[in-house]
Amino acid sequence: MWLKPVNTLLLRRRLIKPLVFALCCLPFAGLALGAFGMAGFSLGANPVEMLLHSCGKWGLNLLLITLCVTPLAHFSGWRALFAYRRMLGLFAFFYACLHLTIYLVLDQSLLWSAVIEDVLERPYITLGFSAWLMLLPLALTSTKGMIRRLGQRWIQLHRLIYPASILVAWHFYWQVKQDVREPLYYVAALALLLGWRLYRQRVRAREPLIYS
Amino acid sequence: MLIKKKPDILSSEITDSRLYFGRRRFMREAATLALAASLPTRLLADKPGWLNNITPSDFSTGEQPNSYSDITTYNNYYEFGTGKDQPQHEAKDFNPWPWTLKISGEAEKTGTYNLEDILAGRAMEERIYRLRCVEAWSMVIPWVGFPLGELLKEFLPTSRAKFVEFVTLNDPSRMPGQKARVLEWPYREGLRIDEAMHPLTILATGLYGEALPNQNGAPLRLVIPWKYGFKSIKAITEIRFRETAPNNSWRKSAPGEYGFYANVNPEVDHPRWSQARERRIGAGIFTPKQDTLMFNGYADQVASLYAGMDLRRNF
Ligand code: HEM
Repeated sequence: MWLKPVNTLLLRRRLIKPLVFALCCLPFAGLALGAFGMAGFSLGANPVEMLLHSCGKWGLNLLLITLCVTPLAHFSGWRALFAYRRMLGLFAFFYACLHLTIYLVLDQSLLWSAVIEDVLERPYITLGFSAWLMLLPLALTSTKGMIRRLGQRWIQLHRLIYPASILVAWHFYWQVKQDVREPLYYVAALALLLGWRLYRQRVRAREPLIYS
Repeated sequence: MLIKKKPDILSSEITDSRLYFGRRRFMREAATLALAASLPTRLLADKPGWLNNITPSDFSTGEQPNSYSDITTYNNYYEFGTGKDQPQHEAKDFNPWPWTLKISGEAEKTGTYNLEDILAGRAMEERIYRLRCVEAWSMVIPWVGFPLGELLKEFLPTSRAKFVEFVTLNDPSRMPGQKARVLEWPYREGLRIDEAMHPLTILATGLYGEALPNQNGAPLRLVIPWKYGFKSIKAITEIRFRETAPNNSWRKSAPGEYGFYANVNPEVDHPRWSQARERRIGAGIFTPKQDTLMFNGYADQVASLYAGMDLRRNF
């Protein structure tokens, strides 16, 4: 390699990480510009729906991107990718929280009786809410200190991303009125990502998954 | 003690919107005069003759209509894509003319007619109606059209005509959304004959005094203001008088979720979401949803059509 290890690390810290960070901020920036009608961006005729759907979609997109890290690292041998996994997961949670906030504040106008009815009686909302409840402890235990303190239990806890992703995809599928093509693409991608992990676990049961 | 009645907020809005429409009309006519000499054929294509004499209607609401942009960029019209921003693009090149309307079934006069012949010389009204989508959003739309019943009577329906079925154009080469089987094509809708004959039910051919845009159902669409939007079928090519109840596309696709009647009803929820409130498009990002009204606020005119019926079962 023409780069010394120290330089690679510097490159990663000074350049790639900020770049990934900036990329993850782009959807938010687009929505913010749209909300203020700046730079030709617009939220369309139904801005609340646009904000709600975009943030939900980016939450799911980033969950799937996070789930891509391990297989990508596995097939490319490029373990450096793990350096970005936490940031990607936290951004997924960031968009999920925006999504929830938009639902509570803009969609329901903090009408708690309607929110409670939704969470209890609308299965797709129950699913979304359960998914968010699963993502919450993952975000809270993402610090270095927590990782160290929880040890093996941290790995077990963070497997919650699997059921959480399934619930989100299901949440998406269930709220669509008729054209389920798009949520089905997500279901297919998720099936591939989780199926690969199952396959690894079954076929190579004796060799523990190093990458979790 | 003197108790002052709160001024009706809507009355000022009525004046405003009337003035607005008046001004629009004046500007349009001035523009028409200026352009008439240079572009007669284009004008003819843009604005058919039957839109030159539009009278206001007492059935219009005084609420502020949505902007032309809201009404023409946020459309549920699966023949041109399932995204609400798709029809405005996908329907751009759709040319509705020439258009034929087939009249069939239980009527004395049936056959296939040129739509232009049907519309020529017909009196048009501006009907500013609320539109409530089954997805829990709503708009206020200044349609131009005429009562459906007026047209139906011309074909002399027989005593066996208990229902009316409507069919949309079926042509995937002109309606790209039909290449995907998200619904069964062609789109079909139906009404009971008394619903079809109700004076609120109109066939629309215009919007904001202009020709109906393609993404809103050109050249001819139904508008039934007390029912969810999907009942108001677009780009109609056939009207059939029937003795038996027709099935409708959304009901066919999910019978537990969409009914034949589809009357706006805040008390009967969609199985997956509440119908109690609605988001008024254009109301501003922090404006809460508003309460949905029984029969979309047209209960005084139409509730009697459903007297004695269980609206929970007949949803
Ligand atoms: C916290 C509880 C949650 C609530 C109350 C909630 C609520 C909603 C609502 C109201 C919709 C729109 C439904 C419609 O327009 O008909 C929606 C759609 C969606 N939500 Fe959630 N959600 C929650 C959690 C999540 C989470 C955690 C994610 C992903 C990380 C997510 C991803 C999505 C996606 C992808 C859509 C579909 C967007 C589209 O149609 O383009 N949701 N959610």
